[in-house]
Formats: sequence, C-alpha cells, structure tokens
Amino acid sequence: MKSLAELAAIREKMKDRVVLREGQGDIRVVVGMATCGIAAGARPVLSAFVEGVANAGLSDKVTVTQTGCIGICQYEPVVEVFESGKEKVTYVKMTADKAKEVIEKHLKGGSPVAEYTIGQNQ
Amino acid sequence: MIRAQVLICGGTGCTSSGSKAIQQAFNEQIEIAGLSEEVKLVQTGCFGLCALGPVVIIYPDGTFYSRVTTDDVPEIVSEHLLKGRVVERLVYADTGAEKVDNVADVSLSDTAFYKAQHRVALRNCGVINPENIDEYIAMDGYQALGKVLTEMTPEEVIDVVLKSGLRGRGGAGFPTGRKWSMARTLVPDADQKYVCCNADEGDPGAFMDRSVLEGDPHAVLEAMAIAGYAIGANQGFIYVRAEYPIAVSRLKIAIQQAHEYGLLGKNIFGTGFDFDIELRLGAGAFVCGEETALMTSIEGKRGEPRPRPPFPAVKGLFGKPTILNNVETYANIPQIILKGADWFASMGTEKSKGTKVFALGGKIKHTGLVEVPMGTTLRQIVEEIGGGIPNGKKFKAAQTGGPSGGCIPAEHLDVPIDYDNLIAIGSMMGSGGLIVMDEDNCMVDIAKFFLEFTVDESCGKCTPCRVGTKRLLEMLTKITEGKGTMEDLDEMEELCYYIKNNALCGLGQTAPNPVLSTLRYFRDEYVAHIVDKKCPAGVCKKLLTYKIDREKCIGCGMCARQCPAAAISKTDYTAPGKKLPAMEIDPQKCVKCGACMAACKFKAISKE
Repeated sequence: MKSLAELAAIREKMKDRVVLREGQGDIRVVVGMATCGIAAGARPVLSAFVEGVANAGLSDKVTVTQTGCIGICQYEPVVEVFESGKEKVTYVKMTADKAKEVIEKHLKGGSPVAEYTIGQNQ
Repeated sequence: MIRAQVLICGGTGCTSSGSKAIQQAFNEQIEIAGLSEEVKLVQTGCFGLCALGPVVIIYPDGTFYSRVTTDDVPEIVSEHLLKGRVVERLVYADTGAEKVDNVADVSLSDTAFYKAQHRVALRNCGVINPENIDEYIAMDGYQALGKVLTEMTPEEVIDVVLKSGLRGRGGAGFPTGRKWSMARTLVPDADQKYVCCNADEGDPGAFMDRSVLEGDPHAVLEAMAIAGYAIGANQGFIYVRAEYPIAVSRLKIAIQQAHEYGLLGKNIFGTGFDFDIELRLGAGAFVCGEETALMTSIEGKRGEPRPRPPFPAVKGLFGKPTILNNVETYANIPQIILKGADWFASMGTEKSKGTKVFALGGKIKHTGLVEVPMGTTLRQIVEEIGGGIPNGKKFKAAQTGGPSGGCIPAEHLDVPIDYDNLIAIGSMMGSGGLIVMDEDNCMVDIAKFFLEFTVDESCGKCTPCRVGTKRLLEMLTKITEGKGTMEDLDEMEELCYYIKNNALCGLGQTAPNPVLSTLRYFRDEYVAHIVDKKCPAGVCKKLLTYKIDREKCIGCGMCARQCPAAAISKTDYTAPGKKLPAMEIDPQKCVKCGACMAACKFKAISKE
C-alpha cells in the first residue's frame, strides 16, 4: 500500500460486508420466507431486494431481512417495510420486478407503491 | 450476493466449548441447503458472554444463539437461514426488551448484559473476522495511523494522548501520554528506541488482553506503530504468553497481513516512516508482567526485575529508551486519534477517563467480558450487567486486581470504580479481573489462595518477597487450621507492611494486599477461625465437622457407600417412625470431603 487513497479504496470496498453487522438501518424490509412464501417465489424477491438495496447505495439505511409465515399465504410472496415513525407498508404477490420498483419509488423516493400493497389487492 | 452472515465466536472460551466443530457443521449445512452464495460464515473474536458459549450471532437481525451444539446446526440453517424463523429455544432468554411487532427481540444488543456496556477497546471483538485485515480496514482500521503520519507531528500525537487522559490499563494507571513524552524527550540523542506491548496477562481471572489480541489484533499493531512515530522508534516487540496459542497465531497472521499491505515495514504510506513488530513468547512467569522483568526476558535473559530508576523511558530494552504499554491501553489509541481527545475525556470520572474492560468471574451469572465507562459502580457491574449471583446467594465481596488487589465488601458496592477510588478502599484496578464471592467463600481462604499464587510466582531475587510471602502463607495456613493466635494477626499485619515497603518490584510490593484488605473488612472471620475455631463459610476443612442428624436419618446407607474413608457406620439407635438404625460419622476417620452430604437425599447431614 502506497497511499491513503488505497486504504480508503479497501475501506469502501469492504464496507458493505461489515455494515450488515453494525446494527439496524432506519428502514427494515422483511420478506416472508416460510414454506408457502418460498413456494410462491419469495427467494428471487429476497435476492432482488438484497442486490437492489446494495446497488442503490442504501445499505447504510435499509436492512433487508427475512421472517417466517406472516399468515396471509394466499398473498405470498409478502414483503413488509418498517420505518420508524411511519405506518408499516405490506406488499403482496411480489416479484423481482416489483421489488425493483419498490426500491426505486419507496425506499429511495419515500412514497409507497400503492398498487402492490395489500389494500389494493383484496 | 451475501444477505446474511453467521458470526461464530473463535475466542479461547468458545473454542474450548467446541466452536470449531460448529463452524464445520455450518459449512456443511449451508452447502446442503444451497445457501453458499447468500450466507457467509465469519469467525470472530470474543463476544464477552463466555458463560453461554459457544456463541453464534446471525446478522442482519442480530439474533443471539447461545450454547449451540453441532446437533442444533441443521435446525438453525433450515429454520433461520432458509425460512427466516428464529429458533426460539436456542435464543438467550434474558433480553430485557419488549417484543416489538414481528421484529424478534433476540438481538444481542438488547440484552441487559450489553445495554449498559460501552465498547471502545472491545469495539471490534465479536464483530470482525480478526484474521482478515480488510474487515479491520472497513471498520476504519489504519485510518488513525494514516492520519498521524500525514497530518500530525509526533508532538501533536503525544499531546492528543495526554489530553485524552488515558492511563495505563495494566494496573498501575500511569498516564500514557506522559510515558510517551518522557520516552520522546528524556534522551534526545538516542540512536535507537523501542515500543513494547505487555501481553503477559497473568492475574488469575483476567482475560481481557487475550480477548483483544484474539478479536482485534490489528488495533494493537496500529497503535504500536502510532506510538513508534510519536516517540521516534521503529521497532516494536509484543511480549505475549505462550499459553495463549490462539492469540499468538492471530498476531502472526495480522503482522504478516500488515506487511503485505505495507502497513508495517519500510516507508509506510510513502512517508518515510519505518516500523516493524516482532513477537516474543513468554513462558508464563507472572513476574514477567512487571516491566523491567519483561524487558529482561525479551533480551533473552532470566525474567527478573531490576530496581528503578533508571526508568525504561531512559534506559529500557537493550539499554535504549523504551515504552511499554498494556494491550488494552493500545486498543484505545486508534480511537482516540480518530475521534479526538475530548471524545475520550468525555467518558469516565475526573481522574480516570474512558472505559475499562473487566473480566467477570466467580459467583456470577454472566461470566465474561464487559466494558463500561470508568465511574460505573460495582453494583451495576455485578447486578445489572453480570446478572447477579446465582442460586439466590448473598454477595459478600468482589476481588479486583488479582493477587495485587484486594477485596471490596458489600458496603462499598456503590463506589464509582476508578483508579483512585479503588486504591482508597484498599484494592486496585489491576488489569481488570473481577472475581465475585458469595457467602460460601471464606475470606481467609481467599487470602491464602492468592498468597499461594505469589509464593509460587515470586522470582526469588529479593528477600522481602521470597521469604516474606512464604512466612505470610505459613501464618495464614496456621489460622485456617485453627492453630492461630490473636498475636499472629498483629504480626501478620506488621509483616505485610514490611514486605510492601521493602520488596524490589510491584509483585512483592502488592503481594500482601489480599491479606491486608481481608483483614480490614473481614477481621471477624479471622477472629472466628482463631477464637471460635470455626470457619463461618464452611470452607476450611480442618475446622469443619460433618454430623448426621439421627432423628432425620432413615438408615439407607447411601452416605456410607460414598464415603472414601469408610468413616460412616451404623448406630444402634432407630429414630421413631424409621425402619433402620441411623448412621454416624467417626470424626477421627472423616476426611471432610462432603461426599456423604451430597449423597444424602433426606438432608440429614450437615457441616459446621
């Protein structure tokens, strides 16, 4: 290593790897990953969120995690977004493409994508 | 893309309870579940809750699993990692937090054990992989060294350390900045200087230095390089005990990685500053933790202390100006450089700044490592963080400072802990071992235990320590055998002060402290041994008698079967309502092992 710039480059590169352990971001994206969720295709949704959040540079702010059965199996894959001080948003029948839209509009832009929420799909 | 990380403790505590096998099992199960691309295993240093090991933490949710076995691993992988369901039965129960929504209240940071802690020296322990320099760099590692070399003069570095108020964490509490400043200025024309790290942690019950070396070795290397720049040295030595194999191997890896990155060696960051570090393994002599003995040992000679002055800052290793700091002291340095002296000085008490790591042991629920701001009370550490004393027993005393320290009785539980307060109440900080004792501990026996240790570890160079501690131990033994007299107490006290005032080094000068502090606070226990010939806690065997209550004894004979000395036999008395004659113990034959009492299901046997 010859310079501080090189040190900074390693730090940036590695940051994503340890940020996961630094406690929780302001926003939590929880993907339902029980058997029903996985069967309905929750896995690509989860991957889309993990990758999308990292690519959008939101790793500091957003924690993507999974949970068990949320209890509304007919609407799987279900994704819930928790943000402190705001009402929980529940997205249903998610796909990887919808996930990208949610990252763009909701996580980045701050306004939930109403058409994918449970309220619009009952 | 990694979405979850499984952190497995690879500290000495968890390694001995089987964490290596668990890591192996996770590897296999993650492979079977096809999650290798999504889940990453990370071996870390000590998390601090050694009593609950092996410890596994899963991020991003931070779920804290304790006492994990290899049989639990398939369940954790299929339930938690695949389906996202927390395996409740393995979660550490005492979280002290309310359940919020469906966010599991199982995170380590929610536990009462962690909430009151403030981690500075231990900040990376249990968070990063100590064998991966990149993870240390990601946590701002080597930034402080970069800052020092490119933006600060050596005088400015010393000034920051001085202003931070950091004092030596090895025990004596000498201001670190002053030590550095002396080494920089006292011998202006020195051709060579040295930076040494004291990792010869020897107090019974203390293991924080080991945990820092195992969990965050680069922090120590970085701090030593900073110290080298500050005092004008380009060679460092870490003196670490050979009994710490994991710490030694991680230090070796860390030094090699730092070399590969050019963070040690020649021309660091292109600034022309050279610094290198070598390891020296100690053979485990307690006296080698004393600074002059440690340096003598590094030189390849028998580890014996020498009189001071000259102090090491003037004439140290190989006769050159040298600074010697403890592992935990170094672990604070990079943070102080990055966050500033004011940040560090904002924690702690007026004369003791920052935080202190304590190794909790003895009669306490959460055996382990805790780091708290200076000025935290003993009560908070024992009751809140440590979880109190198990089995509903009563707190009697806490021993701090190992064989150099003393016992703190219940009446001083609310004293804010710092260097000066501990000395005022007859103990000392020491390296931070904190052994909790309950009503079942005999204070005379405790004093005897520590004296046995110092008698063993005295190097023999000076008479007050070599002969004095031996005589002290003989007097203590006499008392525990019920042969002591009240005159012995006075004589013992006199001898204590004589040793304190005349011994050559810190080992001898502090060796009588356990006796003096127990005499001060628990004199009544000494008197009970001497006058009543009784050991109130029921520990000193020579003063114990085991008795069978013949009204309660049903004559089953379980006790006689367990007795190794054939001291129990039948009597010809049968208690009313019992079918068989009662048993009795022959005091002449009894070896006081207590096996009969443990075997009796009818609580008919008692000791007094």
